[in-house]
Amino acid sequence: MREKILTAIDKNSKVSVADLAIMLGITEEEVANTIKELEDETIICGYPTLINWDKVHCERVTALIEVKVTPQRGLGFDKIAERIYQFSEVQSVYLMSGGFDLTVIIEGKSMREVANFVSEKLAPMDAVLSTGTHFVLKKYKEHGLPLVQTKHDERMLITP
Amino acid sequence: MRNPLSKSVVNIQPSGIRKFFDIVSEMKDAISLGVGEPDFDTPWHIREEGIYSLEKGRTFYTSNAGLKELKVEISNYLYRRFDLNYDYNKEVMVTVGGSEAIDIALRAMLEPGDEVLIPQPCYVSYHPCTILAGGVPVVIDLKGENDFKLTRQELIDSITDKTKVLILAFPNNPTGAIMDHDDLLKIVDVIIEKDLIVISDEIYSELTYGSKHVSIASFPGMKERTIVINGFSKSYAMTGWRLGYAAGPALILEQMIKIHQFAIMCAPTTSQYAGVEALKSGDPDVEMMRDAYDKRRRFVVHSLRKMGLECFEPYGAFYVFPCIKGLNMTADEFATKLLQEEKVAVVPGTAFGDCGEGYLRISYAYSMDNLKIALERMQNFVDRHRSEK
Ligand SMILES: Cc1ncc(COP(=O)(O)O)c(C=O)c1O
Repeated sequence: MREKILTAIDKNSKVSVADLAIMLGITEEEVANTIKELEDETIICGYPTLINWDKVHCERVTALIEVKVTPQRGLGFDKIAERIYQFSEVQSVYLMSGGFDLTVIIEGKSMREVANFVSEKLAPMDAVLSTGTHFVLKKYKEHGLPLVQTKHDERMLITP
Repeated sequence: MRNPLSKSVVNIQPSGIRKFFDIVSEMKDAISLGVGEPDFDTPWHIREEGIYSLEKGRTFYTSNAGLKELKVEISNYLYRRFDLNYDYNKEVMVTVGGSEAIDIALRAMLEPGDEVLIPQPCYVSYHPCTILAGGVPVVIDLKGENDFKLTRQELIDSITDKTKVLILAFPNNPTGAIMDHDDLLKIVDVIIEKDLIVISDEIYSELTYGSKHVSIASFPGMKERTIVINGFSKSYAMTGWRLGYAAGPALILEQMIKIHQFAIMCAPTTSQYAGVEALKSGDPDVEMMRDAYDKRRRFVVHSLRKMGLECFEPYGAFYVFPCIKGLNMTADEFATKLLQEEKVAVVPGTAFGDCGEGYLRISYAYSMDNLKIALERMQNFVDRHRSEK
């Protein structure tokens, strides 16, 4: 049931407990309790809103930074990742396989702001060996949902 | 000028759906619960395979019975999902939708005067196709109290010396009824004893909720007297691709292929390549869609019951078939008024046979948002007319 609830709200966190109960064929109480458990166990970590900021007249820049680091003895990559993700500009941090170690996704008000962050905060860290910054030009899809088109129903109204 | 028309064609009644469609098309900004096709797009990897086949220039006819690759996949699929064993080479053919398969199966088998048992409410094509093939349709009126399943007694009572074919269409459009293993078991010996051939339209076989679909062809003694019809329209959301298939005894398939060869040549080549991909790697898509339908199904049944409309639990397809007999309106009146007063389109049960009187077909092949708005409006409508009474 946990997985069923998670799948049901994965793309739409606004579904009400009452509707979830009907759709999954269980009681509202069971839904509410399960969600509470999932929150307590930080399996559900938050309920953000997916916004296409490109459509709002408000400057925002996203950059993806490839970071090479030296892992610390006994702590591996976790300690350095934590030092990086504490910055509020940082949206996501992933440990990677392959040519570099961490992917850091940054959001800032301008390219200047992002550049400053990289050169003044990220690059000078002791463990950071190198960075490669890529600016995002346009976002097409996030969290499994397309940001661009909204398709309307083209089916005939009545079919057998 | 002489009368250019065939009497038997002129005499066929236009489908009740058509009539309703004309009314609905006049109505601007109506929201519909009236479609018989999935709201999902064909999964992208399947579409891409179609595009790829065009890029590679695969734009020729295929062999009449269909691409070998596709027939092999169909045969594997029927075994994997329903425990059916068909030789891809002799017992499987690819058609232009399940629709064509229904038509040519009837044409391959019927002699003038042969009777075809058609349990209604059902999909609209069996009756006219039987007439066009020279047969005589014999309607069996299924009953709400049996959850619209075909009972042993109803079957026995309808058989005459002339009965040749029984059309079984479960999971059912428009009722959402299924016939499970035990339901089928009760009619199998009658079918065998009376030497009937079954055309089993299993186009909704992937859309069952709670239990897996059982094909009547999987019962001992049934494979040699059953033509299984299935397709890609509903399971893979591929209605516009026009791709389906029939599996059955080589003796009958051979004749069906003959008609198909002269009337159709072959199913669309692009669609056939896409179909291979669907059967090879479409299982997760089917599961995702089934899961979404199931949630909506529960929601719609709940909402209808909350309105005080009786509806049996529909375990298949994507339809709910609520009873509106308590409201002092015919199905046609209900649907027409609902459209005029609340701008919601549903199909009256009578479009699928006279015994659909007093019922409506509600499709849940819609987004939850759409379902919510439509059902809220329907609730208003029902409340208003109930208090008027
Ligand atoms: C019960 C049933 N059979 C057959 C068909 C025809 O499907 P297709 O020709 O698209 O395969 C439909 C379509 O609505 C249907 O509901």
